[in-house]
Amino acid sequence: MNPVHYELSHLQTLEAESIHIFREVAAQFERPVLLFSGGKDSIVLLRLAEKAFRPGKFPFPVMHVDTGHNFPEVIAFRDRIVSSLGERLIVASVQDSIDKGRVTEETGPRASRNRLQTTTLLDAIEEHGFDAAFGGARRDEERARAKERVFSFRDDFGQWDPKRQRPELWSLYNGSIRKGEHVRVFPISNWTELDVWQYIGSEGLEMPSIYFSHEREVFARDGMLYALNDFIELMDGEEPFTESVRYRTVGDMTCTGAVRSTAATLEDVVTEIAATRITERGETRADDRVTEAAMEDRKREGYF
Amino acid sequence: MKAISEMQDNGSVPTSAPAPVADGYAIRRRHSELLRIATAGSVDDGKSTLIGRLLHDSKSIFEDQMEHVVQTSERRGDGYLNLALLTDGLRAEREQGITIDVAYRYFATPRRKFIIADTPGHEQYTRNMVTGASTADASIVLVDARKGVSEQTRRHMFIASLLRIPHLVVCVNKMDLVNYDEDVFYNILEEVTDFSSRLQVPDITFVPISALHGDNVVERSHNMQWFGAAPLLYHLEHVVIAQDRNLNDVRFPVQWVIRPMSDSHHDYRGYAGQVAGGVICPGTEVVALPGGQKTTVASIDTFDGELEAAFPTMSVALRLADQIDISRGDMLVEAEDQPTAARELEAHLCWMSEQPLTPRGKYTIKHTTRSARAIVEEIDHRVDINTLEHVKAEQLGLNEVGRVRLRCSSPLVVDPYSRNRTTGSFILIDESTNDTVAAGMVINATS
Repeated sequence: MNPVHYELSHLQTLEAESIHIFREVAAQFERPVLLFSGGKDSIVLLRLAEKAFRPGKFPFPVMHVDTGHNFPEVIAFRDRIVSSLGERLIVASVQDSIDKGRVTEETGPRASRNRLQTTTLLDAIEEHGFDAAFGGARRDEERARAKERVFSFRDDFGQWDPKRQRPELWSLYNGSIRKGEHVRVFPISNWTELDVWQYIGSEGLEMPSIYFSHEREVFARDGMLYALNDFIELMDGEEPFTESVRYRTVGDMTCTGAVRSTAATLEDVVTEIAATRITERGETRADDRVTEAAMEDRKREGYF
Repeated sequence: MKAISEMQDNGSVPTSAPAPVADGYAIRRRHSELLRIATAGSVDDGKSTLIGRLLHDSKSIFEDQMEHVVQTSERRGDGYLNLALLTDGLRAEREQGITIDVAYRYFATPRRKFIIADTPGHEQYTRNMVTGASTADASIVLVDARKGVSEQTRRHMFIASLLRIPHLVVCVNKMDLVNYDEDVFYNILEEVTDFSSRLQVPDITFVPISALHGDNVVERSHNMQWFGAAPLLYHLEHVVIAQDRNLNDVRFPVQWVIRPMSDSHHDYRGYAGQVAGGVICPGTEVVALPGGQKTTVASIDTFDGELEAAFPTMSVALRLADQIDISRGDMLVEAEDQPTAARELEAHLCWMSEQPLTPRGKYTIKHTTRSARAIVEEIDHRVDINTLEHVKAEQLGLNEVGRVRLRCSSPLVVDPYSRNRTTGSFILIDESTNDTVAAGMVINATS
C-alpha cells in the first residue's frame, strides 16, 4: 500500500468537511432550509448538497430572498438551476414585506433594499418554522465573519451575539436550540474566494453570465462602477458609459459594483482572482462600506 | 518599525499591477495540501506581527485590508501600523485593543493552503486555545528571546500536547533584540526541550526568528548564519502530515442514511459519513457497534461515482452486503480491531463555562454522531496548566483542565484520544442553556 494514495488535496479536504456539515444539519434539525442568492457561493452550496444527499433528494427546500432589485440574469439562472435539480424553491419577497407594511422603502439616490432583506428573511424563517438555514458566507470575506462559527446560533429575535458564541471543537457541532431560535450554518466557512472558483472550475459548474466579462452601461460612484438600472437614481455629475465589466459578487443592483475586466472564461476569472489585490467585498460591496463594523452590525440584527 | 513601513509601501501597489508571486499559482497547483495551524499569543510577543508577516509575504493581505489598518491605526493614535487590527474582527476587540475569540486566517503558497486559528494566549482564554487546537495539524508557540520560557510558553505547550497536535514549532522571536545571539537561542531550546519531555509532543522544531524584520520567517536570515535549518514557512510547507491520520483502525461513524425510495433507486440504502480512521475498501468486513451485527462493505459511493478506497477525512456513503438495522450513531469498524463500547469513561476535560463543573453534574455528551446523557461521577484532579501539577479539586472552573470519570446513559464507541482524535473526543452540553460547556479527551474506557 503506497501511502501517497491516501492523500487529499486541499479542495477535497474542504469538500469533505462541507459535506459532513450538510449531513450533520440534516440529522440534527427538523426543518432546515438552504438560502440561495444566485451568487457563486450558494451555487457551490447546491453542488455540495448534491454530494451530501444524492441519489436522495435534499432534505430541505431552497429559499431565495428576492429584493426585487436583483439582476434579471440571476433570477433566470435561479429558476433554471433549482428546477433542473428537481428541488423545491421558496421565494421570500421584500416587495411583499413592503406591501404588508413590515418595512419601509428607503428613498433617494442611495436607496437600497439591502437592509430590508433581514426582515423578510426573519419573517420567512418564522413563517415556515425553519430551525436551521444554510448560507454561503466565508470567513475570509470580512472581519466579523472571520470569527463566526460554522453553526451560528440566533436567538428568537434572529440576532447574533458575537460575544456569546458556543465553542466549536473538532467536527462536533452543537445544534441544540429552543423553539423559536435557529442556527445559521455556513458549510464553506473555511473556503477562500479562490477555493470557490477553483471548485467551480473543477466541477464544471454553470454560473450566471454576469460573473464573466460583458459590455454594460455603467456609472461611477464612490469609486465603484454600478450598472445603470431602474432602481438607482443618478446624482448630479454621474454620467453613464459603456465598459467591459464583470461581477465578483452578486447582490442587489443597487449596492453591488462591477469590476473592469476582460475575463471571459472560468480560467480567465481564476487567473484574475489569483492576482487581485483587493478583497471582493471591499471592491464591490457598498453595504460593507457604511461603517467600520457594518457587517457586524447587520449580522447582529439577523442579516445573512 | 522600519520593516512595517516597508510593508505599507508594498501593500499599496496599484490594482493594475498583479502581485507577481500570487500570479497563476493556484491554477497550476490544484493538488496542494491543507495545513491547519494553531497559534496563541498575547499582544506583545509578536504573534500578530508574525501572522501579518506570513500573510504579507505570501501576498494574502489585500490592499483594502491594509488601508483599513493604516486608517484605523492613525485614528486610534497607535503611532505604528497595528497589524493586530487585521485579525481583531469584532467592534469590542478593536475598541478595547484585545482579542477575545478565535479568528481564522487563510493564506496559500504553491505547495499548501494554510488555515491559521489565531487565539489570544492569556490564561483566561484557554477555552479559545483549546478550540483552535482541536483541529490543528501544527502549532506555533512564540517565545520572546529576551524573556525566555515563560508561564505562557509552558501553557501553550501543554495545550498543544493535551490536544495532541502532531507538530509543534517553537519560534524564538525578537532575535534582533538579542543581537541574533546563538547562545540565547540554544539556551531556550534546551529549556523548552527539557519541559517538553514531560509532555506528549511527537515532533518539535525550533526556529530563531525576527517577525518584525522577517528573519527566518519566509527567507533565511543573513543575521543568523549559524542556524542551518529551514525558515518557518519552509518548514510549514514541508512538514509531513499525511501520516498523522490513523490509517490502521477502520472507524466509520454513521451520520445519515440515504434512502431515496424513488423509482430509480427504490432499494438503495447508503450509510453516509466521514471516515474517522482506517482504509475502507469494497469487501472490507465490518461490525456495526454497539449492536454487533457483521457484514461486508459492498461499495463506496460518492456523487462522482464509486471508489476503490475511502480513508480519513473523506465523506462517502457505504452500501453494505446485508440488510442490517443500523442508523445514525452506530459505528462501522473492522471485526478484528474493535474499539470499546463504553459506559464509563476516564477523560481530560477543558471546562468552558462560567458555571463550574461539580461532581454529579449531568450533561448531554456528544461523541462522533451519537449523543447520550452523562454524569460526572468524580473529579480525579485538576491540572495546573502552568506547572503541570495535579491538584485536588472539588470543581472545575472556566478555563480549567482536569481529569474526570464519567458514566453515560448508553454505550459510546470510543478510542483513546491518543489513538484517534475523532473517536476519542467529545463535548458536553448543558441541558438547561444548550451551551457547549466542555471539551473532552478520552483516556480510558470500560464497558
